[in-house]
Amino acid sequence: MDKMPRWADVILVPLINISLAFIAAGLVVMAIGQNPLDMMYYMVKGALGSSSGIGYTMYYATNFIFTGLAFAVAMHAKLFNIGGEGQAIMGGVGAAIVLLAVPWPHWTLALPFAILGAAALGAAWAAIPAYLQAKRGSHIVITTIMFNFIAAAIIGFLLNGWMKDPTTQNAETRNFGEGAHLPTFHEMLAPFGIEFSKSAPANFSFILALVCAFLVWILIWKTRLGYQIRAFGWSPSATAYAGISSVRVTIIAMLISGGLAGLLAINVVMGEQERLIKEFVEGAGFMGIAVALMGRNHPFGIVLAGLLFGMLNQGGFELLWEMPDISREMVLVIQALIIIFTGALDRMTRDPLEKLFIMMRNRREAA
Amino acid sequence: MDFLQVILTLDMTIRLSVVLLLACLAGLFSERSGVVDIGLEGKMLIAAFASAAVAYESGHVWIGVLAGCGAALLFSAIHGIASIIYRGDQIISGVALNFLASGLTIVIGDAIYNKGGQTPVLTGSARFEDITLPFADAVADVRLLGPIYSELISGHKSIVYYAFMIVPVVWWVLYRTRFGLRLRAVGENPASVDTAGISVYMMRFKALAITGILCGLAGAYLSTAQAAGFGREMTAGRGYIALAALIFANWRPIHAMGACLLFGFLEAISNLYPNIDVFGLFTIPVQFTQALPYILTVVILAGFIGKAIPPKAVGQPYEKEH
Repeated sequence: MDKMPRWADVILVPLINISLAFIAAGLVVMAIGQNPLDMMYYMVKGALGSSSGIGYTMYYATNFIFTGLAFAVAMHAKLFNIGGEGQAIMGGVGAAIVLLAVPWPHWTLALPFAILGAAALGAAWAAIPAYLQAKRGSHIVITTIMFNFIAAAIIGFLLNGWMKDPTTQNAETRNFGEGAHLPTFHEMLAPFGIEFSKSAPANFSFILALVCAFLVWILIWKTRLGYQIRAFGWSPSATAYAGISSVRVTIIAMLISGGLAGLLAINVVMGEQERLIKEFVEGAGFMGIAVALMGRNHPFGIVLAGLLFGMLNQGGFELLWEMPDISREMVLVIQALIIIFTGALDRMTRDPLEKLFIMMRNRREAA
Repeated sequence: MDFLQVILTLDMTIRLSVVLLLACLAGLFSERSGVVDIGLEGKMLIAAFASAAVAYESGHVWIGVLAGCGAALLFSAIHGIASIIYRGDQIISGVALNFLASGLTIVIGDAIYNKGGQTPVLTGSARFEDITLPFADAVADVRLLGPIYSELISGHKSIVYYAFMIVPVVWWVLYRTRFGLRLRAVGENPASVDTAGISVYMMRFKALAITGILCGLAGAYLSTAQAAGFGREMTAGRGYIALAALIFANWRPIHAMGACLLFGFLEAISNLYPNIDVFGLFTIPVQFTQALPYILTVVILAGFIGKAIPPKAVGQPYEKEH
């Protein structure tokens, strides 16, 4: 018998944890002499109050959904892929190579190849730590961290050398050109007579992210491979006994994970920047851990958590105008506190709640 | 490259190694006790900020150092509560603390000083001074040994000498004291320690406290000795390099010093000689030198050269039998 009803496990506990995180964040805001309720109001208004705000929220959410899905797929195999950052960087390199190599006539042609390029390099960057984990027993947490830094060095090298646009001083590639331009929400909604902000960077990648979330759901819960991944996560020895190769599962799960992280580049590099720049991931790889954690590694939860984190990110920019005394990094504090309370301190609320539910049930059965 | 350039490179190596060394020894205590610490970076960052801010306000660098240690201890306590008492995931806790430090240092710093997260420049007694060892000036002109003594060995901040003096102390504590024996045991086989009537929780909390203090010193060195004030994200990944050095050293203190000196040397090289020309044949790009510590660590982890053997119980929360 379960200790808690399912609704308490899936909704109540996370809700209490998030509330605790916001209370802690509120205390920080009060400590610097500001009003936390005002801050919340302006953040929500900034994130949802205009179509431009919504567009930015969706743009950030797209990144978090990709990296959250990436982390979750590996986590189902109990592989802690902390290398989303580096895999996304390499995804950017892959997308840029594809988009620069050919003068693309139309985005519908460019997109599939850019996806292939981004996913392939992202996956390749996850493959080495996966191989080392499976074959040599090197701890995947440490190797993926190291690979984040190595990826940062590689993109720095490429953007100052082979891939650099010779006509500018900046470390960036040349523009991908008109034919590689992904439609923004403004362009997608205009034919339907819906007016959407022109400035917001939300683009077709958001739909791609939702499709990926659906595909991950099918993969994990509806396919033989997904079953093997989950089984391996529950008990590697039992899966080995069932004749499933642990090397194969480890490497495939990490390839999918790295590929998904690489797709972040479709949103940022192809959709928004339309050229490759150095610092385009901006911590979204790490934040994917929090998103997956909050979404409990389920694609539906990850989409919701991605939207919440997107809102926070965009709402933080609004503070810049409305409450300049609170620095934008407050968002980082809130996000960190959410990870601490929903992730690391989960048992702090779960254990007493479980006891409470068991007590209530015993009383009911006794009556 | 002439002799003086070699001396200057090595001198810079020492300056840059100190942060790594302190952070690496900090990580050593935590990981030897069985608690993974990805959060070295965050602890150093919050300590660097607290030290710089308090040193500026009080005008005394040592009060700043104390504040830095206090801040890092607080972070260590959160990590301990999450990963020891509530058996939460140690990696998630560490990642979160790193984010928290990045955010808090700027939110608080910006609220107090309004300089985009920076603290004001530290001067005078709010900063560590260079120490000139006896006779350093007198022997400076002696061939070979003169510059080695007066440039390389003399002329550092006091904390630099302390950092290197801590290494043999750590070795002694780890291998020659009862505490050290228990610490190593708790990281290898906590159940056996528990059976002997020693609290696993207490041992791990003690280890995390030492980790906090050492991270505090590392952060304080960064903002009050190496630089003159706090700057946003000033740890710049050094916590992760320290973690790499710890693996490279196979969780042993003397080797940790060697690893930190090596990684400090690579950082010095990449600062002083960005692109190295090899006999006119090819150039080694600066990014390669910067990435080398990480590449070397992966190679060590892969077991192609040597073999990294972490403490057996590292990363696993201990659950006492009821």
